[in-house]
Amino acid sequence: MTALTLENITKSFGKTEVLKDISLDVEPGEFVVFVGPSGCGKSTLLRVIAGLEDASAGSIRIMGRDVTRVPPAKRGLAMVFQSYALYPHLDVAGNMSLGLKQAGEPADLIAERLAEAARMLALEPYLHRRPSELSGGQRQRVAIGRAVVRQPDLFLFDEPLSNLDAALRMATRVEIARLHRELGTAIIYVTHDQTEAMTLADRIVVLRDGRIEQVGRPMDLYNDPDNRFVAGFLGAPAMNFLPDPARPGLSLGIRPEYLRVAETGPITGEVAHVERLGSDTNLLVGAGEQMITLRLFGQHDFRLGAAITLDYDPARALHFDAEGHRIRP
Amino acid sequence: MNRARQSPLNTLAAHAALITWTAVALFPVTVIVVNSLKTRKAIFREPLALPSPESFSLIGYRTVMKQGDFLQYFQNSMIVTVASLALILLFGAMAAFALSEYRFRGNTLMGLYLALGIMIPIRIGTVAILELMVQTGLVNTLAALILVYTAQGLPLAVFILSEFMRQVSDDLKNAGRIDGLSEYTIFFKLVLPLVRPAMATVAVFNMIPIWNDLWFPLILAPGEATKTLTLGSQVFIGQFVTDWNAVLSALSLAILPVLALYVIFSRQLIRGITSGAVK
Repeated sequence: MTALTLENITKSFGKTEVLKDISLDVEPGEFVVFVGPSGCGKSTLLRVIAGLEDASAGSIRIMGRDVTRVPPAKRGLAMVFQSYALYPHLDVAGNMSLGLKQAGEPADLIAERLAEAARMLALEPYLHRRPSELSGGQRQRVAIGRAVVRQPDLFLFDEPLSNLDAALRMATRVEIARLHRELGTAIIYVTHDQTEAMTLADRIVVLRDGRIEQVGRPMDLYNDPDNRFVAGFLGAPAMNFLPDPARPGLSLGIRPEYLRVAETGPITGEVAHVERLGSDTNLLVGAGEQMITLRLFGQHDFRLGAAITLDYDPARALHFDAEGHRIRP
Repeated sequence: MNRARQSPLNTLAAHAALITWTAVALFPVTVIVVNSLKTRKAIFREPLALPSPESFSLIGYRTVMKQGDFLQYFQNSMIVTVASLALILLFGAMAAFALSEYRFRGNTLMGLYLALGIMIPIRIGTVAILELMVQTGLVNTLAALILVYTAQGLPLAVFILSEFMRQVSDDLKNAGRIDGLSEYTIFFKLVLPLVRPAMATVAVFNMIPIWNDLWFPLILAPGEATKTLTLGSQVFIGQFVTDWNAVLSALSLAILPVLALYVIFSRQLIRGITSGAVK
């Protein structure tokens, strides 16, 4: 039995097709991240799974049960929103217990689940505060707590970290990973941030224009992408694409960390910009019309405008045809 | 707020403009209240003078209290205004929620149709409305007035409220749906409290024309038992002789409830009006 099965999901708004024939299986306990540029349909897909939008065609099963026509509250899932979406008129305890109250659960069970979730998320001191009296990070923990108390078969996270600052984002990311290990429930997580995707996911689903481009484990997608889009989308700084010197019309993809400064090499250019991050140095090299990004570990000094020659290991280069499909050796 | 950007000259000019406007707006009200406290002779001799010990008189208020059933008129006005406002806010908010929240065929057309009422004055339909009220036997009832005012207020209410409801976070409504709240609970418990400033704006904009209206009470409910305050005050205005003391006293009294309602709504109102401008 799978935690979630999508079969040929299609969604149109009027004449625009937002999701095109999407099929996917999520195993129980799996952490799946939907990632893609904005407008790729990842949030719509999540809303279709949640039942907040009806699919135009196709079916959805959660833990083996067909929920295509079931209202959101009865699908056995819980959702965490980007804007927290806490009920402003209820305190933290009220926010977290509302779903169980609506489902008609007995009071002692609600109290027990509430206490457990509050302990797990360190929310005990705030239980009787209103959302307006909490910081952004605390609000997001309450939103996660509201999902946890329902003990769903499936968690949905809709860009939960986008409204947090960088330091808090990292801390909350670690907390979500820990929560996932503790609960062992399948999670579907939507983000446009590839760091979140790479660090959290058991499997990543890359979406573009309402289609699944590729599904796989983070390192498989990183090392062995199916096409130029996936190759360029994952990894920061992004992969460099160069015309293939051996085969005209085709292109080569080389990740910035696989390029090196050398005495001789196939690429020559001049230093256009240097980003010093302390642990790494990113170098932008202008080679003809093209900008090539190079990532060096440690700290380096370069003079702007200096001539530079770059080399790479041909085995590390990926080959793409004119349509952007990967040509595997 | 932007103290650094304001020069003293700008502040002065702004205050001068505001004070001028306040004076202009308050002038007629002041004249009415001041003169309601004077004898008839003093009103005509020096309309702008404050009441002095010689000219002070409460004769107008005494006449008002004796004449007719003034308390009854007061009560009628209150019932009509409060009931109309309640219905306008309830139905206006519900229609606005439907238009802003749900996608359905003809949504935009429906919104335009409802907004049309803003541009076409309801008084054009007076004859048809009167015929309708006669046929339904609602003439000389407060219900007739309440129905007409509700119809009159709805277009603007729907228009303003649907704009505000579009700004209520979708995530919040969706969180409610996932927690199993019904659409009614989402509307009453989550959305309405968040558009309260807009509701206050709509309430004030509708309250004053309804309270002050003379047209529909005169045509639909001129009977003694259903007279509103504005209509009741007309007994003091005769074709040949007008009891100015009484008219001014009646008007002064009529201002009070509106003032009270305004004070209740004003904080929300100011937030509603400025919420688009100040973020």
